[in-house]
Parts: sequence; structure tokens; C-alpha cells
Amino acid sequence: MSQIWLVPAFPLLGFILNGFLGKRFGTHFVTFVGPLAVGMAFAQSLVLFFQMLEAEGNVLNEHLYTWIASGNFEAGINFTVDQLSGLYLLIITGVGFLIHVYSVGYMKGESGYYRFFAYLNLFVFFMLLLVLGDSFLLMFVGWEGVGLCSYLLIGYYFEKDSAAEAAKKAFLFNRIGDFGVLSAVLLIFLSFGSIEFATVNAEAATRLEFGGPLVTAITLLLFLGATGKSAQIPLFVWLPDAMEGPTPVSALIHAATMVTAGLYMVARLSHLFVLAPFTMNVIAVVGATTAILAATIAITQTDIKRVLAYSTVSQLGYMFLAMGVGAFGAGVFHVMTHAFFKALLFLGSGSVILAIHHEQDMRKMGALKNKLPITYVTMLLGTLAISGIPFFSGFFSKDEILWKAFSSSFGSPWLWFVGFLTAGMTAFYMFRMIYLTFHGDSRVDSHVAEHVRESPLSITLPLVILAALAVIGGFFGVPHVFHVIPNGIEVYFHDFFAEIPAGHGNVSTEWTLMILSVIFALFSWFMASRLYHSGFEIASGLRSKWEWAYQLSLNKWYVDELYNSLIIQPGRLLSTHLLWGLFDQNVIDRAVNTTGAVARSVGNTIRPFQNGLIQNYALIFTIGTFLILWYMT
Amino acid sequence: MIPIEHILLLSALLFIIGVLGVMLRRNVIVIFMSIELMLNAVNLSFVTFARSLDSMTGVVFIFFIIVVAAAEAVVGLSIILSIFRTRKTLNIDEFNLLKW
Repeated sequence: MSQIWLVPAFPLLGFILNGFLGKRFGTHFVTFVGPLAVGMAFAQSLVLFFQMLEAEGNVLNEHLYTWIASGNFEAGINFTVDQLSGLYLLIITGVGFLIHVYSVGYMKGESGYYRFFAYLNLFVFFMLLLVLGDSFLLMFVGWEGVGLCSYLLIGYYFEKDSAAEAAKKAFLFNRIGDFGVLSAVLLIFLSFGSIEFATVNAEAATRLEFGGPLVTAITLLLFLGATGKSAQIPLFVWLPDAMEGPTPVSALIHAATMVTAGLYMVARLSHLFVLAPFTMNVIAVVGATTAILAATIAITQTDIKRVLAYSTVSQLGYMFLAMGVGAFGAGVFHVMTHAFFKALLFLGSGSVILAIHHEQDMRKMGALKNKLPITYVTMLLGTLAISGIPFFSGFFSKDEILWKAFSSSFGSPWLWFVGFLTAGMTAFYMFRMIYLTFHGDSRVDSHVAEHVRESPLSITLPLVILAALAVIGGFFGVPHVFHVIPNGIEVYFHDFFAEIPAGHGNVSTEWTLMILSVIFALFSWFMASRLYHSGFEIASGLRSKWEWAYQLSLNKWYVDELYNSLIIQPGRLLSTHLLWGLFDQNVIDRAVNTTGAVARSVGNTIRPFQNGLIQNYALIFTIGTFLILWYMT
Repeated sequence: MIPIEHILLLSALLFIIGVLGVMLRRNVIVIFMSIELMLNAVNLSFVTFARSLDSMTGVVFIFFIIVVAAAEAVVGLSIILSIFRTRKTLNIDEFNLLKW
């Protein structure tokens, strides 16, 4: 027996213990239970992972309970571990465990300590449900659940207005995506009569016409859901605001796991998506556009967490670019490496924020590298990884995506070029962050600066482990052109994803593109070091020349303002004048009031009959009796 | 042997006297007695039919009615008594609070 159910059961148990007993039993209890629950889940995931590798067809199934049985439709609580969910399991529980350990140090002394760990455990539970479920139904339960936990954790400091607003925003944007997922699931049920992934993937090619309107509609709706969860255009604006939550939350939910749920869904249904070339093109273009848009915004942000948030949006765009050109394996590979280095960077930024007393503004940082040596080194390694410096993990996954964007039959040189520009910008803004935070002169408030010291072990240990993973994680998928070791990711995902028509391109092109992107990344690093090695002075000279571009980037391309004037304000006008003023007041209210008025006037008319005189009642009663008798004879 | 019509006529007269008593008299106790009169008028017709049809069913009914009437007398007189203690009157037109 494989006992898959144990994996989500541990975090659920942790949630119950922390949520219901954590307040009474105190912080030591919570500190013990919270990380342990996820650690146990990680141990069980490791066992399952290796069992899955040896199992027939690399799949483990477990039937737990029949939920709905109606006619020949059946939906159960069934768990599946295969190549995709196995990898996700390890990422979720592994990175999740490190972040739980980190939170012990980071959240120390917060008032809602037990509440935080309860939510975090609950999140891990729902995320595991999402990836383990073998049908849309169970995935959707997890999908909604992680949305809920994201809402709760963004609004963790709910007494702060901005946090409450951000939580609401995240929830609403996710709702729009959920509408897409739900509609797509209904369409799938109508056309397949089943909502199991295995059935849908196996029968997609026979039941649906290639490139037909139905499959295009289904996949586009699913992708709408993915844009909500994974923060792509047009629904990406919630993610940067989600940084209002505590930093471990940003690392776990808004960088490493939840935001990759959309990618998980696309990868899971690769056989369905390849039937709709139009959708594939949409995904690739949206992914590439998001990647470059978010990168341009990240360049000018001064809040350290916002830089990382836009970087996350940008990297997620990368992954969708990979999905859109049919490189599902490369996309999932980037999910993995990104989980390592982005979680690392977020946790590192949290360590910095903690050290300088919850200051997130990079204008008040600088020269921290000697005071926070471990944080500095680990974040530097994470930056090298995300920038695609050779032989760090991001290099392998990013170049795999760029190459596929160029050479795949769904790809084009244009997509490659956008990705290439983004890669350079990524290196630039990441090194800008490193220089502004750790180098140059100190801009930290003087009385804070005296107390700056390295974070405790519970914070630095996860940083070190993640840094190690960020460095070596890429050797899992070394491209073919190196001819050193086989491309692990392709071996691993052998026959799992849908096949797409072979692309073009040869080895020398691949080498050229790879060298080009490395040179560009190094050049960006050099530029960042020239501009920012001593703070903002040099950059502000440049800024005055390009004021309009600076404003555009700083204000996030005015997307929030655009949504405000295009959707929110018209929506508000529509509601107040038409829906409320006209319909609600004149139709609904009037109907309700008229019902009441009719009842009242009828009552007023017949009220005098009840005058309290018993003999009057007796008279009426008698007359009634005689009338009935007369009628009956 | 008294003809059956005579007894039934007597029963009907007693019943009508009871009905008129309930509707016209003001004293609660008299009204109450009128109700008893109606019950007994019904009893009379029951027993008449029972004898003319030579069946015991009607007689059994009478026992039920007498038991109910006894219970009703207890409850009704207690209510009247307690009303009298609070209102110091037995005029039914004064008992008119339960309206609208």
C-alpha cells in the first residue's frame, strides 16, 4: 500500500491542532506541531516519489472514498501520484517545510502566532489536495482552498487597511479566474462525460476536433483560470499587492507554490492543450508579454518585496511561455528551479527586513553585506541563479525555455527575443536589488543600524539549504548540447506530456543563443553594478533624462488606474444608477413593499370583526353552521 | 310509548334555547349553563335514536359526552372564577381585551 492520503493528512492534522488548541497550548506547542506536520508530509512524499519511480507506468493511484455517484458519472476522492504531481509534492512539502522552519524565527513574538501556522498548514493541505486529486473536482476544491488561505494570509495583519484591501483584491481577481475554470470543467463534463484527468487526457484527441471551437473554448477558459491563479495578464495585479502578507507567506504561496497552480493545470492537461493551437499561441504571447511587462516594472520599484513580486510575475510569464510553445517539461523544470531561488530570495529579503526592523524600502538599506553575511551570500547565489549565470539552476531552465521558444513548432524568434530581453532585465533588476541592499553606503537609520545583526539559525538554515538547491538544482536538466549527462528532466517526464510536432534549429544555433543570453546577463550585471554600486545617485541622473519611462515603470504601466477607470468606475456607476437606483429600488423594492401594503390593507378591512365580544363570535359561528347545514341539505 | 318525533322536537327546542342563551345572555355562568343545556339536548336525541334503533352505540356516545362535559365544567368554572377575581364582574361584554 502506498498510503498517499497520509501526505495531505499531516498538514490537515497540523491545522486542526494549531487552529483549535494552539492558542491554549502556547507557542512552544505551535512551534513543534506546525513545521513537524509539513516535515512528516515531506518524508512521506519522498517515500511515495521513489515508489512512483519504480511503479508500473510511473503512476500510483489510491481510491479513498466515493464522493458523488450518479448514473454512470462518478467522482471520488482519489489520489494520484505520477511524474508531475510527484515533483510538485516534493516542491510543496520540501520548500514548505523549510519555510515553516523559517517562520518560527520570522514570526516570533507576533500576536497571531498560532493563527499563522494554522493557516500555513491549511494552505499546504489544500495545495497537496490540488496536485494529488485525480479529477477536476478535487483539484477545484484545492484550487479554491489555496485561494482562501492566500486571502487569509495576505490579510494576516488585517488591522492594517492596506493588507485588508490587498487580500480582498487577491480574492476577487482569483474569482474571475475561477469562473473560467468552472465553465471549462462544465464544458469538459458535457463533452467527455467524465472529469478525470486520465480520461480527459486519453480521449481528448478522439473526442474533440483538432483546433475546433469547442476545444479552443475549453482551453481558453482554463487558461483564464490559470491567469488568475498564476498572476498573468490580465489578472496579474493582485500579486504585487499580496506582498502585504508576512514574508514567509510571500515566499511559500506567492512565489514557490500556489502561483504555479495554473502552470500545473496546463501541464496536467497537456494533451488537451495541444489540440488547440490558437490557445497555445495565446498562452505563449500572454506569457511573454507578462514576462517583459513585469520586468520593466521591477526595474524601478524601491520596495524590496515588490521587486521580487514583479520578478515572480515575470518568471511565471516565462513558464507560461514555455507551456505555450509546447515545452511542458521545460516549464515544469523552471517551476522547480524558480521555487528554489525565489523562495530563497524572498526569505533572504525577509531576513533583511527583520534585521532592520521591518523596513522594506531599499532607499533605507545599503551596506548590509558585512552585517548580514549569511543572508548576503545566499541571496547573491539566488540572484546568480535567477539571472541565468552559467551553471546555476536558473541558467539551465531559462535557457531551455528560451531555446524552445525559438525552435519549437509553436515558437518563433519573436518570442525568443522577448524572453531574451526579459532575461537581461531580470539580471539587471536583481543585481540592482543586491547592490542597493548590501553594497554602497548605509542609508539605514542610525539608531536602527547599531542593532543590525544576523538572523537566528531557524532563518539562516533554510536560506543555506535553499541556496544549495538553487545552485545545484539545475543539473537535473542539463541541455543536450553539453553532452555531459543526459537531460534528466526529459528522461523523467518521458512519455508524460503530449507530443508536439518536431521543431527546427540545430546545435550551433542553440549554442549561439545560449552564449548571447549569457553575455546579455553579464552585461546587465555590469550595468547594474555601475549604476547602483553606491546607491541611487548615478541612476537618478539617468532618470531625469527618461522621466516619462521612469514614471511609466514606477506606476506599473498604470494598469491599476486603467482597471479602475475601465472596470471599477463604470461598474460602480452601473450599480448605483442602473442596478440600484433603477432596478433595485423601482422593481425589487417596490414588489416587496406592495406585498406588504396589500397584506396591511386587507388586514385593516377585516380587523373590526375581531372585536373581543364573544357573543358576536358565537353569532357568526352559529350563522356559519346554519349556512353549512343549509348548503348540505 | 311516546312517539319519537315528540322527543326529538323537545331535544331541538332545548338546543335552540341553549344557542339563544349563549348568544343573548350577558352573565357568563348562564352562558355556561346554556352550553351544558346544548350538550344535554344532544344527549337526549342520542338516547332516543339508540332506543328506536335498538343499538347501544348512541348510549356509549352519551357517556363520552358526559365525561367531556364534566371536565369542561371543571375547567370552565375555574376560568370564570379566576376572571371574576380579577375583574369583579361576570358580564361577558366586559371581557373584550382579546381583540385586533
